[in-house]
Amino acid sequence: MARRLPSPGGEITVAPTVNGSTGSWRAYALVAPALAVIAAFFVLPLILSAVLAFRSKGGDFTFEHFAKAWDLYQTDLMFTVGIVALSTFLIGVVAVAIAGYLTLGENPRAVAILRWLYRWPLFIPFIVTGQIMRTFLAKNGMLNHALIGSGLIEPLAAQSLLDWRGIVVAFVWKQAPFVTLLLAGAMASLEPQQIEAARNLGARRWRVLLDVILPQVRGTLLVGLVLSFVTMLSVLSVPMMINPNSPTMITVDVAYRISTLSDYAVANALCLMSLAVAAAGAWFYLQHAKRQTLQS
Amino acid sequence: MSALRSRWPQTLGMAIVLGLVAFVIFGPLANLFLWAFAEKWYFPNRIPQEFGFSFWGRVFSPRGNALASLGTSIWIALLTVALSLAVAIPAGYALARLKLRWRGLILLAFLLPQAVPNLPVYVNIARVFYEIGLNGTILGVVLVHASHGLVLAVWIASAAFASVDPSLEEAARNMGASPWTCFRTVTLPLAAPGLIASAIFVFLESLDEFTGTYFVGVPDVTTLPLLMFNASMGGNYQIASITALLLLVPSIAFMLVVERFLKADVLAGVGR
Repeated sequence: MARRLPSPGGEITVAPTVNGSTGSWRAYALVAPALAVIAAFFVLPLILSAVLAFRSKGGDFTFEHFAKAWDLYQTDLMFTVGIVALSTFLIGVVAVAIAGYLTLGENPRAVAILRWLYRWPLFIPFIVTGQIMRTFLAKNGMLNHALIGSGLIEPLAAQSLLDWRGIVVAFVWKQAPFVTLLLAGAMASLEPQQIEAARNLGARRWRVLLDVILPQVRGTLLVGLVLSFVTMLSVLSVPMMINPNSPTMITVDVAYRISTLSDYAVANALCLMSLAVAAAGAWFYLQHAKRQTLQS
Repeated sequence: MSALRSRWPQTLGMAIVLGLVAFVIFGPLANLFLWAFAEKWYFPNRIPQEFGFSFWGRVFSPRGNALASLGTSIWIALLTVALSLAVAIPAGYALARLKLRWRGLILLAFLLPQAVPNLPVYVNIARVFYEIGLNGTILGVVLVHASHGLVLAVWIASAAFASVDPSLEEAARNMGASPWTCFRTVTLPLAAPGLIASAIFVFLESLDEFTGTYFVGVPDVTTLPLLMFNASMGGNYQIASITALLLLVPSIAFMLVVERFLKADVLAGVGR
C-alpha cells in the first residue's frame, strides 16, 4: 500500500524488471522447481537405465545384458519396430486423408459430420482403447458380426484379429485423430488463394492435396508422426491386452523381466534398445526437416 | 436441394463413406457398451443373450473395489494437478515474461518427457522408489504422474501467460502495484482459462495413466486403470467394460468443454 504513490524514479525502475536482465536470477528461481522435478524423476532414471544396462554383477562395464536381450528378444524387437512403423505409416495416411477432406471438401454438411466424428478417440486413454479393441476385434466381436451380417464373409470365416493386426488397429484408431487434429490446424492456416488458384487451373482435389497442400504442412505431419511413434513404443497396456504371447512388443518383455524375474539388467538393455529405435525415428525426422529447410 | 439431387450418386457415396467412418469410430465403443450391460454373451450370438445390471451391482458393491479405486484415482489426480501447477505456473510465467538465457534449452528440457519413451524412466524410478520406501505409496505415484504432467502444464501455462497483453501489466505497475499484486490481480486472472485447460489436461493424464502406476504403484495403490487391466486380464469382460466406461466419462466430458477453455490464441502460442 505504501508503494501506491510511486516516486518519479520508481516508474523507470519498474518496467525493466519485467523484461530486463537485472531480475534474471528471479527468473531462474521460478523455473528451478519445475526443472528439478524433471531432473529428479525423469533425467536421473534415464541415466540410471544406461548405467544398469552396461554394468555387470561385479560392477564392470559389459555388453552381456545386451547380448542376452538380443538373444532372447530379437524377434520381439523386429516385431515392435514393424508394428510401430506400420502403424505410423497408416496414421499418416489416415490423417492426410481426413485433414485433406476437411480442408478441400465441397459438401459443408459432410465436412461438419466428419469433423465431429474423427475426434472421438482423441481423449480415450490407451488402456481403454485396449479393452475396446479386445471386444471389437474378437471372434465374437462386432466387427465380425458386421462383416457376416453384411454378407461380406461366411460365419465360419470369422477370425480373431487379436494379434499384431489388433495392435496396429488399436494404435491407428487412437493416434490418427491426434495427428489429424494437428494437420487440419496447419492446413487451415494456409492461404486459400493458392488452393483456389490450383483448382481454377483444373487440378483435381487429390492432386491439390498432394502437390500443393502437403508439401507446406510436411513439418507438422512429421512432428505428429514422430510423437506418435515414440508414444506407441512405450505403450504397455495395448500389447499386453491384445497380444500378450510371443512374438509381442518389447514393453511386454520389459514388464515380464521386472515383475516376474526382477531382472533389471536385461530389462534396461531392452529399454535402451527401444530408446535407440526412438532416436532413429527422431534422426529420420531431423534429416527430413533439414532437407526441407535446405529446399526452401 | 436440386443441386443435391443432380449429384445424388456422389452424395450417396459420401454417405456410405461417412457411415463407414462412423462404424469405425463408434462400433468399438458400442461393443464396449454392450459388454457393460451383458449378463450372458456367448459365441455366436450377435448381441448378449441377457442384459442386466448385476455386474454394475458387483462393481459398485463395497467388495467390488471400484469405488475405492475411483477415489484413489481422483485423489492422485488432484494431488498431481496441485503439484504440477505449483511448479508449472512460476516456470510458465518466467518462460513467457522474464529474460532467460537458455530459454530454448529449458523449453526443450520440458519437452523431454513427451519425446522420449517413458518405459525406462518408470522401470528405474520404481527401483529407486523401492529402495527409499516410496513404492506402493500415493506420493510415489503422484511424483511420477507430475513429472509427466508438468510438460503439458508448463507449455500451456507459458502460452497462456504470453497471450496476456503486457501493457495491462505495465499499466498496473505504473499505478504502483507491486509485482506480486500485479501478478495476482492482473496477469493470473487473464491467464486463468489457459491455466484451467492445463489443469484439466494434467488431471486427465493422471487419471488415465497406466504404465507408471503399474510399476510404481504395486502392490498397494490400485487406480481405476489398474483395476480395469486386472479385470480384463482375468477374463472378466463385464467388469473391465464397466470400469472402462467410468474412465471414458471424464475424457468425453473434457472433449466437449475443452474448446471453451483452450482458445485458439493460446493454442497458437504453444511452443513459441
